[in-house]
Amino acid sequence: MAEWKTAKPENKALGWLEERLPILSLVNNVVGPDTPTPRNLNYMWNFGSLAGLMLVVQLLSGIVLAMHYAATTDVAFDSVERIMRDVNYGWLMRYMHANGASFFFIAVYIHIFRGLYFGSYKAPREVLWMLGVVIFLLMMATAFMGYVLPWGQMSFWGATVITSLFSAIPVVGESIVQLLWGGFSVDNPTLNRFFSLHYLLPFVITGVVILHLWAKKVSDSGNPLGIEVKSSADQIPFHPFYTIKDAFGAGVFFLIFAAFIFYMPNALGHPDNYIPAEPLVTPDSIVPEWYFLPFYAILRSIDFPLGIPGVFELIDAKLLGVIAMFASILVWLALPWLDTSKVRSGNFRPVFKWFFAFLVIDMFFLTWLGGQKAEGNIPLYGKFATLYYFAYFLVILPVLSRKETPLPLPESISNPVLKPAE
Amino acid sequence: MSTLETTNHEEDGVTRRDMIHVSAGVMAGVGAIGALWPFIDQMNPAADTLALASVEVDISQIDVGSAIVIKWRGKPVFIRHRTAAEVSEAQAVPVSDLIDQQTDEERVLAGKDEWLVVMGVCTHLGCVPLGTKSGDERGDYGGWFCPCHGSHYDTSGRIRKGPAPKNLEVPEYAFLSDTTLKIG
Repeated sequence: MAEWKTAKPENKALGWLEERLPILSLVNNVVGPDTPTPRNLNYMWNFGSLAGLMLVVQLLSGIVLAMHYAATTDVAFDSVERIMRDVNYGWLMRYMHANGASFFFIAVYIHIFRGLYFGSYKAPREVLWMLGVVIFLLMMATAFMGYVLPWGQMSFWGATVITSLFSAIPVVGESIVQLLWGGFSVDNPTLNRFFSLHYLLPFVITGVVILHLWAKKVSDSGNPLGIEVKSSADQIPFHPFYTIKDAFGAGVFFLIFAAFIFYMPNALGHPDNYIPAEPLVTPDSIVPEWYFLPFYAILRSIDFPLGIPGVFELIDAKLLGVIAMFASILVWLALPWLDTSKVRSGNFRPVFKWFFAFLVIDMFFLTWLGGQKAEGNIPLYGKFATLYYFAYFLVILPVLSRKETPLPLPESISNPVLKPAE
Repeated sequence: MSTLETTNHEEDGVTRRDMIHVSAGVMAGVGAIGALWPFIDQMNPAADTLALASVEVDISQIDVGSAIVIKWRGKPVFIRHRTAAEVSEAQAVPVSDLIDQQTDEERVLAGKDEWLVVMGVCTHLGCVPLGTKSGDERGDYGGWFCPCHGSHYDTSGRIRKGPAPKNLEVPEYAFLSDTTLKIG
């Protein structure tokens, strides 16, 4: 475990506070000058702090939006339009919040796939990784409920499709769906509770983020070589080295974010959500937000039961699809025990590398499939893409960790940096 | 300072105090679960939502071969005036060919088999299937087609192809007269 250093501020008032509540030490030990960090972190290590920044952006813009929004079906849509047209800078707050969700997910997806490639889930960082999965699940719930609030067509039908997933549960499914709706369809009670929970969950996320950072402090940051820190020569202080690198990365990221907010604020949204919700008319196609598409594609591609169709169905097609969708994320929790290779970094795993690259392609393919209508060959492609997704975690990684011969690891982090090549 | 109760052992080392601890713990647990229930049950449909009345529909304007959609309990209900061909087509299908096995007779009222009344809610994930308006796509079996995930329903509202597991649900309804239908 990383060493804990007590801060001794020169300022007397700060010193007085520090003795009673060591909050400076806390910051100092997690992202401060007394946080020894591997010296070789590359730009893939920027996205954790970026995700944290996006959480702050979402909290600030969201709290402001809630001051003008009304969670009642009669006026919800109009109150959002009023924010767009009449409220001072309302358009900025809303575009920031809507695109902010997308950019939050971009940062988190890169952060997750960084972890998948560099083996950030392996001992001793299993709990750190699992807390991350919990944050991701909470983010998905929050984003889903937030998308319902403008009460457009996609809001309404997205909510209907996703809450109906729970009706697949045998025996109690229908009762659970009624419990979620507070009625017999998605309606005013549903909108109200979604608003309440959409406001609550980000603070729950903040809580889990603090646990995530705590676990990071205990097990230390990983690094691109995936080897342990051997001496202090392998490390540099987090501040100022990584604070400045993170700040530079944030500048670039926010530049792209700003381009979306100001020049193409609706590029990532669906135009149908500017049509007020109409319970009697389903839109031509119900498409979730882009960040849900891979999992939506997995849900849709399971249109067969477990067992013999029509004769003996252990699990019917609908339930199996729902199970597959949830399992596609929950399988990440088991990852530390599925990939037992001692080598963390994909840089030293010549075969793993290729399977990983194919997983990334598979994710992009699933994202594309999720946005297509379920016609022609799309369901068939979906089955193959889903098969590879699960095979990667459940078959390829366990087999690979036994069969693959990794490349020799460097002696230490500082060695390839300080010593010239021979 | 040894006290009387610590030496008051019974067989197996189980004391009276253990019993008190366990029963107090169990009672606290039961109480906690009991207190939790109102917090969960408040999410269920409220009394005014449950009190939604039934609806009466005038069906005299529905021509043979066409259908209407009405809203009941916040959900669409399809009322379809089937042609003789559609009725015989629905009756002719062998039950063993069906995913959710039901005869057409089980899904309509006796003597009123030209009228099909079903919930307009796809049993897959709750979309409203197309096929009620004229000009809508009706799927491979001439009934309804759900655009969300491609479920095909026949002229009896039975699932024939696609991911939906069940036939379109038939709500409780009755004919008040030849031209008035009461749903609920």
